Amino acid sequence: MNIQEALFQYVLRLGDDSLILGHRLSEWCGHGPVLEEDIATINISLDLIGQATNLLEYAGKLEGKGRDEDAIAFLRLEHEYTNILLVEQTNGDFGKTMMRQFFFDSYRKLLFDRLVKSPDVQLAAIADKALKETKYHLKHSSEWIIRLGDGTEESHRRIQDSLDALYKYSNELFFTDEVEATLVENGILPSLDGLEDEWNTYVQAILKEATLTIPTNNWKQSGGRLGKHTEHLGMLLTELQYMQRAYPNMKW
Amino acid sequence: MSNQEWPLWEVFIRSKQGLNHKHVGSIRASDEVLAIENARDVYTRRSEGVSIWVVESKHVFASEPNDADSLFEPADSKVYRHPTFYDVPDEVSHM
Repeated sequence: MNIQEALFQYVLRLGDDSLILGHRLSEWCGHGPVLEEDIATINISLDLIGQATNLLEYAGKLEGKGRDEDAIAFLRLEHEYTNILLVEQTNGDFGKTMMRQFFFDSYRKLLFDRLVKSPDVQLAAIADKALKETKYHLKHSSEWIIRLGDGTEESHRRIQDSLDALYKYSNELFFTDEVEATLVENGILPSLDGLEDEWNTYVQAILKEATLTIPTNNWKQSGGRLGKHTEHLGMLLTELQYMQRAYPNMKW
Repeated sequence: MSNQEWPLWEVFIRSKQGLNHKHVGSIRASDEVLAIENARDVYTRRSEGVSIWVVESKHVFASEPNDADSLFEPADSKVYRHPTFYDVPDEVSHM
């Protein structure tokens, strides 16, 4: 695989994760459990959509076929999205949203720590800006996992159910194929070795403090990176793409 | 369903150019860690500040508005409390 093509695919993957998760969080707008958390969740959504804008704009340039970030975000078919399955899962209750966020934030914080050292100037710059946002997101979701887990009987039961439901999607965070391999070989990406171990260490420490139990069922679900999505993405895209498809080339 | 509210916190923000924290409003949060986060999310979205203080509202003790006359008016007519009778030489700056 040539380097430019690999970098395009890699940046697209990061951009799709941010885009789909940003969209999911936007569904909370006006529906948060309290005012403060409604604002917090929307702030995180906007941060992610901002990251998606930067990443998908860069992806368009790397692809070199004249697609801008809007064309890439709004006009692809379902199987052309490369986001991991975790981010397209439904929001569920506040705890499920926080658990999904917790898995994602802890992974992105560790990943961006490495990406800021990439010799690709644009990628490093995007990672540097996103890292500051991600550190805050991670603190926010981690604090909520601890409080919900080590909380009331109801909050503990609900967040444990969310952990049981989402854990099978956590493995895909570390999915790599020839895209990442090509970039690491050519020094564009720093090595991703040890990332999963660091993630496990952090996540297990927080879950322990939250008095939660990691599922022992080892089944892991993946496929998103290769365009094989759960039933949720199709429905999500009907909302995400509606305006651009109903009013082509519309501008705010 | 419980009718309990999270405790109320008063929020104080110091701006980049400022020397003191100003009161900007209040938020509800379950504890001091989330109070700082909620204050950051609600009151610093537009770069209003670089430092946040939160104090549980129950710890703020205020003067009674009805006592304002006896607390504050007596100071109005005591000119000898203000250092205005000295000629400060130009060489002494920052006075």
